[in-house]
Amino acid sequence: MKKDNLIIAKKKFKSRLIVGTGKYKTMSECAKAIKLSGAEIVTVAVRRVNISDKNKPLLMDYIDPKKITYLPNTAGCFNSKEALRTLRLAREIGGWKLVKLEVLGDKENLFPDMIETLESTEVLTKEGFKVMVYCNDDPLMAKRLENVGAAAIMPLAAPIGSGLGIQNKINIQIIRKQTKLPLIIDAGLGQASDATIAMELGCDGVLVNTAIAKAKKPFDMALAFKNAVIAGRQSYNSGRIDKTLMGNPSSPLKGII
Amino acid sequence: MKKIKIKVNGKNRSISETYKLSDLIKHLKIPMKKVAIELNEEIIDKKNVNKIKLNQNDKIEIVHFIGGG
Repeated sequence: MKKDNLIIAKKKFKSRLIVGTGKYKTMSECAKAIKLSGAEIVTVAVRRVNISDKNKPLLMDYIDPKKITYLPNTAGCFNSKEALRTLRLAREIGGWKLVKLEVLGDKENLFPDMIETLESTEVLTKEGFKVMVYCNDDPLMAKRLENVGAAAIMPLAAPIGSGLGIQNKINIQIIRKQTKLPLIIDAGLGQASDATIAMELGCDGVLVNTAIAKAKKPFDMALAFKNAVIAGRQSYNSGRIDKTLMGNPSSPLKGII
Repeated sequence: MKKIKIKVNGKNRSISETYKLSDLIKHLKIPMKKVAIELNEEIIDKKNVNKIKLNQNDKIEIVHFIGGG
């Protein structure tokens, strides 16, 4: 079988599963789940250093940024200014240019503010960032993001952390049809089969955090997602059969006794 | 020695007026390679921390990566 890598901003990845590092009970639980998931890219948040408790464990001590690609995000940012500030700081920590932009518009549903998102994508791209953009599942907006230089389109399946799975398959398929950019489902998946469905729709990858971190058995779920993404991709590449209304016997009719 | 007041990650702090940014980082035992620093909302090139003198009412933000989705 020929190599089927995920390519983002000219960088090759074997795994099509990207995982978040939030919501785990401990850093070591997080690190083990990532290992089991096989993910080569993990999202991370930028926050103040706790200067009063210097012994607090650091993420970088558990997940080696030389082995795993850190994808700094702008989680918690509600406007372009905050998002730009966050990612410029992230770049300063150690030269990160591949970033996840996420500008939220509403504290309840956590839907992205697409106007602020579009503006930020354009500014960041001009500054040399490779921007993977969390967005809604609107094909028109996805096109606009592509036009201003997004490195990947990352529509939501459903609200962040909701576990509802893909709510609008048609839109995802339309976006798939119109873009050659990496298309990654970001947010809203609840179980491994949701990831398979995303991959069967032709997505290039999925980004999962809560569904693994908050599963009753996060390690098993990490493995389940790994397998689900592989299965979905293989299924997509294999070319599914046409759907028919009526039955079609699997055993030959000729020679029936 | 005269002291000046600054804010580090939102908290007030009193330091010697001779302090440079590098002295503060050292004092706080911050691993430089794992953080980014802002002085009065401007990102600091970490190579220059020993050249930057701190002044009264300076606002410093020191950030790093934590778990996130």
